[in-house]
Amino acid sequence: MTTLTRAPAAAPVRTAAGPAARPRPALLPTAALVLGTLYCVVPTLWILVAATKSRTKLFSTDTYAPSLDLGLVHNIRDLSHYQGGIFWRWMLNSFFYATVGGVLASLVSAATGYALAKYTFRGRNALFNTILAGVLLPQIVLAVPQYLLLSKAGLTDSAIGVLLPQLFNPYGIYLCRIYARSAVPDSLLEAGRIDGASEARLFLSVGLRLMGPGLVTVFLLQFIAIWNNFLLPFVMLTSDDKFPLTVGLYSLLRHGAAEASLYSLVITGTLLSVLPVIALFLSLQRFWRIDLVTGALK
Amino acid sequence: MAPTTVRARRASRFPHLLVLPAVLLLAAFVVAPGAYALLLSFQRRKVNGGLLGGGTHTVFAGLANYRDVFGDADLWSGVLRMLALGAITVPATVLFALLFAVLLDLEGTRLRRFTRLTIFLPYAVPGVIASLMWGFLYLPATSPIGGDRVDFFGRVAVYFSVGNVVVWGAVGFNMIVIYTALRALPPELHESARLDGAGEWQIVLRVKVPLVMPAVVMCPLFSTLAALQVFNEPNTLKPLSNAVTSTWVPLMAIYDEAFGNSDIHSAAATSVVLAAAALAVSFLTARLIQSRIQQEAQ
Repeated sequence: MTTLTRAPAAAPVRTAAGPAARPRPALLPTAALVLGTLYCVVPTLWILVAATKSRTKLFSTDTYAPSLDLGLVHNIRDLSHYQGGIFWRWMLNSFFYATVGGVLASLVSAATGYALAKYTFRGRNALFNTILAGVLLPQIVLAVPQYLLLSKAGLTDSAIGVLLPQLFNPYGIYLCRIYARSAVPDSLLEAGRIDGASEARLFLSVGLRLMGPGLVTVFLLQFIAIWNNFLLPFVMLTSDDKFPLTVGLYSLLRHGAAEASLYSLVITGTLLSVLPVIALFLSLQRFWRIDLVTGALK
Repeated sequence: MAPTTVRARRASRFPHLLVLPAVLLLAAFVVAPGAYALLLSFQRRKVNGGLLGGGTHTVFAGLANYRDVFGDADLWSGVLRMLALGAITVPATVLFALLFAVLLDLEGTRLRRFTRLTIFLPYAVPGVIASLMWGFLYLPATSPIGGDRVDFFGRVAVYFSVGNVVVWGAVGFNMIVIYTALRALPPELHESARLDGAGEWQIVLRVKVPLVMPAVVMCPLFSTLAALQVFNEPNTLKPLSNAVTSTWVPLMAIYDEAFGNSDIHSAAATSVVLAAAALAVSFLTARLIQSRIQQEAQ
């Protein structure tokens, strides 16, 4: 991810009015947005408060007031000891699946999108239409037959069984095709060819480089899709040391239904699982190019 | 665009090489499972007769599974629940996304960066984790929002409670899609509309929103597809409340059939029907969008 070090050109900002004409603050719209913001952070804030409470206090004390007696520390310690620290294993698994799957899926999408945009070859249109149909087909409906087929190949309950089906990302291919079209000029490729560069070299050093900012968006979209995925790992995996966070916390909740003392572990786990992704998200936010998603329509 | 014949020959293998990974993945994880599901849906398990029995074998069942699917009252109630849920989530998601995007785009709005980012954040929170957070907010024993007085899992309330989790996770992404389209409009547009004497809200409703319609219509399409596949949220809330049954929505019924009852044939038939419905919805919406865009272009 060396391309991460260079920021893409910032989105055009309307500064035509200039500082002199800074308009009056619009109070009502700002207030409405702040309300929306509150709605979005309330569950996270509450989970933060709830995670500070010990098991017994969770159900008894005032729900708004955080507990100040190191409850959070105890809860994290309890969670870390639960089944030999399996929670951290889930966290690691989630990062592993999302990172590896995201990188590989982006590369597959980049290669395919570049080929579809920059070459005419036999079967191109048929392939593109099939991929488009893939955008429309709910991936989730395929989970059960995917499980059945992978179980014949002996690949269920393995990381490969979770990763492989998520490497094909029709939407990513679609975006990469648009991006290759607009970001990689034909004239540059022609010039390279005249200089005797091979097609492979052109793809690696011209195509991939120019598609860089778009690829970061494709990677982030796929990273989050895999990070958020529940059904596929839920169907594929049976051993809990291979679970991602989503499946792990769900299984913890299911045990918790029988044993309410586990609720505080679920709540602490939920908090700990939200924090890193928020941090990652905030630090990478300037690399988001959602205009790529909308530009797709023009 | 058209390369010379020599180059075309030299390049002829390379594009195929580029698309090879995607083609293999498409074949293995979309086409094959799809075909396999279709095959399974026309088969059925039969218990062997005879004294040595106890085994089963697979027989061709024609349309019997499909007859069962369409005659399954439980599944139909699931479909109705899914529709009721979608009737809440799709309009709520699109309207709030549009509202927030428009507010963010207004000139006097303050705290833009902060509110935009915070409203977008739930997108990075997995549906399972979001359901856990909201679930504890709803649960009478832990609720800080009056769960001890209001029954969030009541007969009608449960749709809003589940729908709320879906909307919470979806508004931000849709908002960014629309907002990006709004920012891409030329600033002169706003100036000239104002010179013509249009008020701020008139500009929004008569000029801006119609111009970003292509981006806006993406939102109901995404939300409708998500509504058809809703699974994570009700499935996670299930252990917290009896109001959510194991066949609450169609995808939960499919999972229950495949893994609860080990009836993969019936699960396959239901999957095929649901996939067909999803394809029909996306196809119709895509057509609608296309004709709208063409109309606008004329």
